[in-house]
Amino acid sequence: MSNRSGLQAILAVPRVCPRKRGMKWVEDGTENALYTSMHDDTWGARVLQEIPLRKDGNEKVRGTARYVADVSYHGMLHAATVRTRQPGGTVVSITFDDHVPWSEYVVVTAKDVPGVNAVKMIEWDQPVLVEAQFRHAGEPVVLVAHPDPQALARAVAAIHIDERACATAPVFTIDEALRPETRRIVADNVYRDYLMAKGSVTDVETTTDLVFEGEYQTGAQEHLYIEPQGMIARVEDGVLIVEGSMQCPYYVHAALVAVTALPEDRVRVQQCTTGGAFGGKEEYPSHIACHAALLALKADGHPVALIYRRGEDMAVTPKRHPSRSRVRLGASHDGRLRFIDIDFVIDGGAYLTLSPVVLSRGVIHAAGPYRCDNVRVRGRAVATNHPPFGAFRGFGAPQSIFALEVALDGLARALGVAPDVLRARNVLVPGDISPAGQKIGGPLDMQRVIDQALEACHYHAKVEACHRWNAQGHAIRKGVGLATFYHGAGFTGNGELTLRSRAGLRVSAAGVVEILTSTTEMGQGMQTTLSRIVAEALRIPYEGVCVARPDTRDVPNSGPTVASRTCMVVGAILVQAARKLIARLCADAALPPSYSYEEFRAACARLPSSDGVTIITADYQHPAGRDWDESTFQGSPYASFAWACYVAEVEIDTTTGEVSVLDFTAAQEVGRVIHPTVAAGQIEGGVVQGIGYALFEEVRFGADGQMANNRVTNYIIPTSADIPPIRALFQESRHGAGPGGAAGIGELPMDGPAPAIINAINAALGTDLRHVPALPEHILAAMEGR
Amino acid sequence: MPWYAPRHLEEALALLAERPGLIPIAGGTDVMVDGNAGAAGREYLSLAGVANLRGVSETPLGLAIGALTTMTEIGRHPLVCRHLPALAASARVTGAVAIQNRATLGGNIMNASPAADNPPVLLAYGASVVLMSAMGSRHVPYAQFHSGYKETIRRPTEILGEVIVPFPPDHAHHYFRKVGTRRAQAISKVGLAAVLAGRPGSWECVRFGLASVAATPILACALAAAITGSDHSVPRDEELAEALGRDIAARDDIRSTADYRRRVAINLVREALAPWRSQGGFDASH
Ligand SMILES: Cc1cc2nc3c(=O)[nH]c(=O)nc-3n(C[C@H](O)[C@H](O)[C@H](O)COP(=O)(O)OP(=O)(O)OC[C@H]3O[C@@H](n4cnc5c(N)ncnc54)[C@H](O)[C@@H]3O)c2cc1C
Repeated sequence: MSNRSGLQAILAVPRVCPRKRGMKWVEDGTENALYTSMHDDTWGARVLQEIPLRKDGNEKVRGTARYVADVSYHGMLHAATVRTRQPGGTVVSITFDDHVPWSEYVVVTAKDVPGVNAVKMIEWDQPVLVEAQFRHAGEPVVLVAHPDPQALARAVAAIHIDERACATAPVFTIDEALRPETRRIVADNVYRDYLMAKGSVTDVETTTDLVFEGEYQTGAQEHLYIEPQGMIARVEDGVLIVEGSMQCPYYVHAALVAVTALPEDRVRVQQCTTGGAFGGKEEYPSHIACHAALLALKADGHPVALIYRRGEDMAVTPKRHPSRSRVRLGASHDGRLRFIDIDFVIDGGAYLTLSPVVLSRGVIHAAGPYRCDNVRVRGRAVATNHPPFGAFRGFGAPQSIFALEVALDGLARALGVAPDVLRARNVLVPGDISPAGQKIGGPLDMQRVIDQALEACHYHAKVEACHRWNAQGHAIRKGVGLATFYHGAGFTGNGELTLRSRAGLRVSAAGVVEILTSTTEMGQGMQTTLSRIVAEALRIPYEGVCVARPDTRDVPNSGPTVASRTCMVVGAILVQAARKLIARLCADAALPPSYSYEEFRAACARLPSSDGVTIITADYQHPAGRDWDESTFQGSPYASFAWACYVAEVEIDTTTGEVSVLDFTAAQEVGRVIHPTVAAGQIEGGVVQGIGYALFEEVRFGADGQMANNRVTNYIIPTSADIPPIRALFQESRHGAGPGGAAGIGELPMDGPAPAIINAINAALGTDLRHVPALPEHILAAMEGR
Repeated sequence: MPWYAPRHLEEALALLAERPGLIPIAGGTDVMVDGNAGAAGREYLSLAGVANLRGVSETPLGLAIGALTTMTEIGRHPLVCRHLPALAASARVTGAVAIQNRATLGGNIMNASPAADNPPVLLAYGASVVLMSAMGSRHVPYAQFHSGYKETIRRPTEILGEVIVPFPPDHAHHYFRKVGTRRAQAISKVGLAAVLAGRPGSWECVRFGLASVAATPILACALAAAITGSDHSVPRDEELAEALGRDIAARDDIRSTADYRRRVAINLVREALAPWRSQGGFDASH
């Protein structure tokens, strides 16, 4: 859905007038002024005033961008995957029907894997191809390729996998997984069990005025990126080259090296234009790449294309983890939180993949941006026989934030306090210590964000108007709901330290500056944002900067494109690289301290280099004093947070249980907006995805544990006709660790809509809905049960 | 893939008489999304270029709507908007704009989906259809057209030529509502069309057509009988629900539940009958 706002963003941006040539870029600049702090207010004073067009806008609007399915090579083979059908069991045998001329085909099974038969996200547990044991329906067993797609289809129909089912019934829900007598997929069916604790819940439990309890659930969610997944592999001059749709080229590279056992420099990964990802192209592309590569290697290096159709993509690739939270909130009569006690469980599916890190982010965000001395959050990721759940925008936080924010409204009702008042009373202010033990520093002010949101939508007047309207007994009921939350940017805990990202700049003698990063553009606007950051840091025009294609031969590993880290983490590294470049130009090419763009380019031409290009790289620098204790979940889990207050106004038709979101206000403190249209596009797109999560998107699982409604006809996402006006409001207190004080914002907008909308529905109907998606079916039933 | 594109009706009918296996194709919005559209052995008869199958005209019997008339044309046509507002409404919520530009009324009927949006309206208006073949034409009440799940009484040599919709009584109340979870591109969970004229004791017209509550689009005859059989007022909710229960056979499927469909169907019936309820409207809150 953010494609819609992405497009809007492209179309809405006014054109930038070309700059006057020869204009002095920094009139008063001295050496020292170049090295001003990134948090300085003068940072961004020049370039960031404009709203240039998206770097990738033109090719996408004109349809000239080439996605992997648009790429083709002479003699290319098309490939397909034959998969397990049952939710766990053993492959007994594979039969190939006689009538097919198999010598024309390339066929690959687990026996053909030269290296490790697994993709490692955290552990080596998920096989690339099933050897014998398998855990879920849809696991790849046989790969087959042929130049003619129709011949390929005939072969697929002629391959039979004989499976022996497990003796015990499969487990498909969190409750089933945790019941002691059910099938064990891993020990106790628990992948990880974490505890974040502060103070003592037990000590205050008995003396707390009021305790509110509830159980909350969130469903799986399908990314529904507009472009299904796919890869093409081939061998050229002894190098295995894999290109395709992906978020994380170096994840794919590492997987290929392990699976093919080729040396690192003989494996090359290239990103194609990627049509959306939202986290869905973080893990699975590694599998598809390995599959395509195994086929290509067996086909003597011939190009092999493995492009998923929509139905296959939806059935087998990861989705958002379903969750169940038991929340207990203790408060004093005046609405101050005395304790927060949460038991948070996510369904990890059949393999561990990324679940531990999804879980830790969920746990850290579970207690919200609130001041509370006694906090206990237990988090578990359990194993079930669904295909593994994985990364999806928000990464565990939307699930735990949903539970807390809806429970807070329950607590507000129990206390007889207005929901906004309850939040204002408890929200963290500078000087407070967060539930994870992080000291909140100024100048950000969450109360200001709440006030901005409430004022912008006339919250109090609206609440009043809804009360009056609902008292009149219409078939239509109205309500307003809100959620306050924050979202940490960058890898959790010490993740960034482990990643040790590197990014660089490549400068040609003509003065063209290319950004070298493995960070990928997938529609979110990364090329535009990073180009602006570099242009600002170099004090040259935006048009003078571009982004090189993420190709592991050419770009350093700046980490995966996930976790709201691009602008903040990679942006900051690029600022360092830009500073190094300027220093180099000053030292080696006589760039004057204050220079025009012409002078900058002239200096680039003078840079001594052997092949006409100069490459400058910089490495991630961990902020001082940012420590995190993985074992106790205490310390500073994220370099920065973005803070938000979202308000939804809804209308429910009691005849059908259908909900319309009439108006949506999204106010956030993001530190710094680097590009207004890109930033607003992220917020709007995230809100739309959140509306889908709240009201429309239900992944229905079949008896085999795979998604049964794996078609766009039956997996309902909101259309443009279902989306209200979205007011995206920004506060920029420069508190973030990124360039100019920016924090990350990519995931933030996914967190707030679901709780705000459910709170609004409950306010309108007097119901107590505690799950998403809240479909009309559930709402009619809830009205009856009220 | 063999593809015939005749320009004249006689030509089309002659082709079909010769090759009854030909698959008629109008806007193609159903045919093309069938995963096997390009399968070997399939032959198509494109009706798109056939003269005289498209458009709306006024006849003494009512409005005659050519099978090839698109949803966009129907949704905006002044005659349809004036006489058959419920049909204009259903055409405007079929798919979304791009689909409406291609989707035809004939295709919507012939695809014979129980969830199609326009059939309930045609049932409520008491429409009939004209089936044409090289042997001649036959005129069939639309209520007898759907013979089973995705089955119709069309013979392989016939095409659907036009739909005749009689003028509803003056002052009739026209009702249409599609419940499909989202506002566009939705397959209905329940659809109700009603044409109501007169009042308790002296009803002139009571007809309800429904989508997605049985194997075919249905005319709710038991419901209508319960209403016309009640002399002084509209029957109580329980009686309406009981009668409607005899008309429909709602099921659980990938899109919704039988329970939701039953509940919403009766809620929509009550909404359609609201003008005949006690003065102050009705209370849908319980
Ligand atoms: C994205 C999308 C959304 C949709 N949304 C809706 C919706 O909201 N509501 C809804 O009701 N439908 C919907 N549909 C289905 C479809 O658009 C309609 O059923 C449409 O009216 C079909 O008309 P057509 O002209 O495209 O039919 P075609 O695809 O050309 O034909 C449909 C069937 O009718 C037969 N046929 C067509 N014309 C004749 C004729 N004159 N005589 C004999 N046989 C004929 C064909 O052989 C075929 O079996 C949707 C389809 C798509 C792809």
